[in-house]
Amino acid sequence: MNTTLERIAVPVLALLASAVLFGLLLAFYAHVDPLEAFGLMYEGAFGSWFSWQNTLTRAAPLILTALCTALPARLGLVIIGNEGVLVVGGVTAAAAGIAVAGAPPLVVQLVMAIAGMAAGGLWIAFAGALRQYRGVNETISSLLLTYIAIALMNHFVEGPLRDPSSLNKPSTWPIGDANMIGTIPGTDVHWGLVFGLVACLLCYLFQRFTTWGFAMEVIGGNPKTARMMGLNVGRYVLLACGAGGAAAGLAGMVEVAAIQGRANASLAVGYGYSGILVSFLARHHPLAIVPVSILLGGIGASGGLLQRRLDLPDAAVVVLQGIIFVAILASETLYGRLLKPKEVA
Amino acid sequence: MIDKFNIGPRSVSRRGLLGGAAAGAMTLGLGGAANAQKPLVIGFIYVGPRDDYGYNQAHAEAAAVLKKMPGVKVQEEEKVPETVSVEKTMESMINLDGATLVFPTSFGYFDPYMLKVAGKYPKIQFRHCGGLWTEGKHPMNTGSYFGYIDEAQYLAGIVAGSVTKSGKLGFVAAKPIPQVLRNINAFTMGAQSVNPKVTTQVIFTGDWALPVKEAEATNSMIAQGVDVVTCHVDSPKVVVETAERAGIYTCGYHCNQAKLAPKGYLTGAEWNWERIYVDMVNDMKAGKAPGNFVRGGLKEGYVRTSAYGPAVPAAVRDKADAAKLAVLNGSLSIYKGALKDNKGNVVIPAGTSYVITEPKLESMNYLVEGVVGSTS
Repeated sequence: MNTTLERIAVPVLALLASAVLFGLLLAFYAHVDPLEAFGLMYEGAFGSWFSWQNTLTRAAPLILTALCTALPARLGLVIIGNEGVLVVGGVTAAAAGIAVAGAPPLVVQLVMAIAGMAAGGLWIAFAGALRQYRGVNETISSLLLTYIAIALMNHFVEGPLRDPSSLNKPSTWPIGDANMIGTIPGTDVHWGLVFGLVACLLCYLFQRFTTWGFAMEVIGGNPKTARMMGLNVGRYVLLACGAGGAAAGLAGMVEVAAIQGRANASLAVGYGYSGILVSFLARHHPLAIVPVSILLGGIGASGGLLQRRLDLPDAAVVVLQGIIFVAILASETLYGRLLKPKEVA
Repeated sequence: MIDKFNIGPRSVSRRGLLGGAAAGAMTLGLGGAANAQKPLVIGFIYVGPRDDYGYNQAHAEAAAVLKKMPGVKVQEEEKVPETVSVEKTMESMINLDGATLVFPTSFGYFDPYMLKVAGKYPKIQFRHCGGLWTEGKHPMNTGSYFGYIDEAQYLAGIVAGSVTKSGKLGFVAAKPIPQVLRNINAFTMGAQSVNPKVTTQVIFTGDWALPVKEAEATNSMIAQGVDVVTCHVDSPKVVVETAERAGIYTCGYHCNQAKLAPKGYLTGAEWNWERIYVDMVNDMKAGKAPGNFVRGGLKEGYVRTSAYGPAVPAAVRDKADAAKLAVLNGSLSIYKGALKDNKGNVVIPAGTSYVITEPKLESMNYLVEGVVGSTS
């Protein structure tokens, strides 16, 4: 009970502290009324049904890309190649979709999803394998793989997969309107949000209620002990990295199949990097990823209003994200201390 | 302990209350203003920072002119990526700010994003920078505008070709797409028109805003003896500053970078969006829909060259001015045969000359003779 309470109270305190800090910056550095700014942020992120949909649309890719960091983190790995996975997943999904474009839409969509997830899964499993079998630091390798992913995307989009009619913005052939996965009925939020929610729930259930999930926690706690207990650490590393990569690869597929309709440089706009932030803020907990993604989606959605109404630069919301990140990391030291006085009393 | 737990929810709801109050006040304020004089609300969306000394600043400078017009309210949002974000920004401008005219200024905003939002809001006018609108294919509440900036590049090339001592010009470019190739080729042909031996070294960085690569490309060209450099990337700032530090000349792009290179800035090819925006806003105020397909070059005043820098001798100024006059009166055609690409193929046959509006130029995929580099 106490630990659950603590797990909620500490991040909430950290968020409040970030809000105060950001408010002070607004007041004394940007010379803007912080209450007005927060009011606008609320209006832009959650103030109306339109704003809610805006927030959820922005949150959807973050939920999926965050899992790419969160799942391997269970084993103590720090994977930050999310951006590259999204790109690889998106390009592969587009290529697969074009290859089977004549098939019924559901088939095309399934093929695209499988292709995107497989490509993303292999991409990060490769980083996991390098770490497990070759001793290459997975943080560095996954980051460097991102640059390779973007270079590959540029090569394919500007070369073999290019639609010649995409003159000034090189893109692949479109997958066709009929094959788009569309939006959740009654909203203009695409299905990627549902995919993300389901993925987070599945990951949570897997980690909480299966022996494999438990084994991963053991490995994360102490890989040496796990090995001595006879756990096949390599297999779990590949599995966690592969599943994380598959989630981010699916995010890429959703970008293509729900939004852009084709693959091009717009795949690499930072969803992957934001996913890392989400995962750390959620302390790599699959269920916590959802509210954190919505929070960051909301900050993104409200950034426009801050620019338009208060004439703040785009950097304002980036600064807020940075403050939250630092506050959450700093708040780690509060665990085990926050509730102690009361327990004693 | 329960009390402690409540800290979160309670403060959230208080903030929510404040937010609600602020939002309410905002709506009231807007409503009041709308009743008083109904200002025309215009939304500008930029893909990068609006003070980038480049593509986005060129639009923002024109937006600043609109802000001074009576009865006009300008809302700007910067660094909006070419994804669903721009859909949401447009909708937010329409729903929350009351914008009735939206200018999404980046090329990639058009399809599918702007078209989708335009279908959803048929009463709102959308005008996109990039020249993609086609009658019969795209909705009538959308449109596009663009400038033939290669005309200005040609004039800049004349200046560059006249002042170069090494005969080597440099061009830092983002991607080998038609719009960029037109600029590289026009710049080179302008230089060749005064000095046929001039070559242009081109380096493609691969994307629109990669400051580190742009600096590396500039430095490497300087090392190879290039003494005039220009570029086609979103922000020429890095290229211009790097060149100035090395003591070589630069030609600017997008907007005026003379401030960044007081010694070496020769001239530059600039957009003059103000001409288009002011017309469109006046149309809106008169109750008309702005033009759907607006394009022009030097003659229409949609593009221009920067004022000559101190390093440009009077004789060179005269030469460039004479060429400008010839472009304006139609006696000078930039793209005329026989024109060869840098692999020796004839791309425009002898006796053929294209006007600047020629559709074939829109799918240009070659570098002309004298350009050192490759499109792939």
